[in-house]
Amino acid sequence: MAIIEIHQQQGKDLEEIAEVCPFDAITIIEDSLVITEACKMCKVCIKQYPEIFSLEEETSRSVLTDRYKGIAVIAEHHEGDLHPVTLELIGKARELGAPLGYRISVLIIGYEVGTLAEELLEYGVDTVVLYDHKALKDMLIEPYTNIIEEFIEEYRPSTVLVGGTSIGRSLAPRAAARVHTGLTADCTVLTMQPNGDLDQIRPAFGGNIMAHIRTPNHRPQFATVRCKIFDSPKKVEVKTGQIITKRPTVQQLKSRIEISSIHIKKKITSIEDAEILVAAGRAIRTPADMALIEKFAEAIGGMVAGTRPLIESGLIDPRRQIGLSGRTVKPKVIITCGISGSVQFVAGMKGSELIYAINTDPEASIFGLAHYRLVGDLYEIIPQCISQLQRGL
Amino acid sequence: MNILVCIKQVPGTTEVNIDEETGVLLRNGVPSKMNPYDLYALECSLRLKKHYGGSVAVISMGPPQAEAIIKEAYMMGVDEGYLLTDMAFAGSDVYATAYALAQAIKTLPDVDCIICGMMTTDGDTAQVGPEIAEHLNIPHASYIKEIHEVHSDHIEVTMDMDKYAAEMKIKFPALLTVTSTIGTPRLPSYILGKKTEDKIVNRITLKDLNDQDPDHYGITGSPTQVIDIFPPDHTQISTTWEGTSKEIASNLADDLIHRKIVMR
Repeated sequence: MAIIEIHQQQGKDLEEIAEVCPFDAITIIEDSLVITEACKMCKVCIKQYPEIFSLEEETSRSVLTDRYKGIAVIAEHHEGDLHPVTLELIGKARELGAPLGYRISVLIIGYEVGTLAEELLEYGVDTVVLYDHKALKDMLIEPYTNIIEEFIEEYRPSTVLVGGTSIGRSLAPRAAARVHTGLTADCTVLTMQPNGDLDQIRPAFGGNIMAHIRTPNHRPQFATVRCKIFDSPKKVEVKTGQIITKRPTVQQLKSRIEISSIHIKKKITSIEDAEILVAAGRAIRTPADMALIEKFAEAIGGMVAGTRPLIESGLIDPRRQIGLSGRTVKPKVIITCGISGSVQFVAGMKGSELIYAINTDPEASIFGLAHYRLVGDLYEIIPQCISQLQRGL
Repeated sequence: MNILVCIKQVPGTTEVNIDEETGVLLRNGVPSKMNPYDLYALECSLRLKKHYGGSVAVISMGPPQAEAIIKEAYMMGVDEGYLLTDMAFAGSDVYATAYALAQAIKTLPDVDCIICGMMTTDGDTAQVGPEIAEHLNIPHASYIKEIHEVHSDHIEVTMDMDKYAAEMKIKFPALLTVTSTIGTPRLPSYILGKKTEDKIVNRITLKDLNDQDPDHYGITGSPTQVIDIFPPDHTQISTTWEGTSKEIASNLADDLIHRKIVMR
């Protein structure tokens, strides 16, 4: 939106001035300087001849930032529950918006989701905009995009936050393109400038590079964020927000996609798909020992896996064996319990993102790989850890 | 059924480095390849062609060197290839990329279905497909894991969401992004390579598009701007917890909560 304005000067060597542009984007037409489409906005001309060239962007920008205020979150829900990422985004929106006095609005689309709209108010949302209709029970890309478009036109949020879920990653780009604005996917850090500009940081190249991105001349600024990046907010003591119920029009509900059937996924049953694993090794000898491991896995929401000796002793199902002769796993977190760390075992789990190892032997080879080395007796550490986690709940 | 597959040339590895002083991406010496996720889109399309007839074309936006991946697509059995290349497109973000591709697709013979990989390995955004569909005003569905049947005016597919799978009917023309469960990609064929050695890659430039305003493309047409790139904090955690069992247990519990592994 920024343009370079030319203040024509008489009696100057225009050719010499035009020479300043490294992209040859300044030409002379009928004794006047003209900037062509080759301009890359490098602003070298402004630096060299500030009396002739100036950057004109303030008017369009102030119009934008005046017209678009507040932060919106697009809610996601499944089987009658709000998605945790929605609450995390509300928490972040409140934090970002508070210094600017921005109001927080949430758009919720679905069928019979009025109770969820009420629940959203408990997290300090100012306005919940509810579209409740039978045809909106499941995510349909066209009606959902139409509704987001109407919501943006009516509420003009400066920033729109969407969960980086499979639904959000399909819906957010479609909606952003509809309203002709930018979208930054999978942000890991979000901060806001006093003028409402959103500073977005996201990984690229498989996490090998971080990019800092802004959407300076377009509103709203769309960003998606994956689950568990931000903290869940605390509920507010007094709900002050309001719910605005909207009716979708027949035109908005038109869809060229028809859902024939929905299959709810069962809980993950294979260790390869699990995000959190508790792996048991030779220090586990009896079914009672095993019960402790299972209790621990349950307490942290993980799955139990094991080394080959435990499979052979029949304590663990063979499908849960990690290692060269078993499965290869790459969970987000693995806690190895009483595992020394044989080459065969390590080959099956070295791709894990975060490794906690519990072992009595400070020289155990698993400690060479672990991010956190817990030197001690698992039969003392684990029960105390479980009780501490449960106390905290 | 006539299919168009969108493909992209990406660095051969994600192990890229940044010059810490200048902040410039060091891509020198890293060979390029076809985005691995696009291979599934190609495989899926070639299987559909075998079963239902029709044609498979590919389109890519990129520098002239990106011709290499179109040649590779020819070696897999693709009928026609288009390379959208023009200096005006340099520096495009997702919005401007999708807009340019949509403009180019409008100049091609009509297709029933556009198929894309689910994401690329360099940008990791998974956004270009849905944005192309929006610019073309056609329905799209992301994360298609299975194609059941193709009819004259619609396609039956299963979409794989985080918490559910949906069987859906989508009217043509449509855009799908497919996951890696759609079928193991075939290898490029040496024989097809020989046969298509001289097959031309059709070039599309700004002047071939309906909208020729250069401000709508490249950096000026991109709503998002990269302010800075920097290496991630790769500080390797390496911590030993010793002491009483109670202390160690407490460290573990606190860390699990702090990292949101256990929610409270």
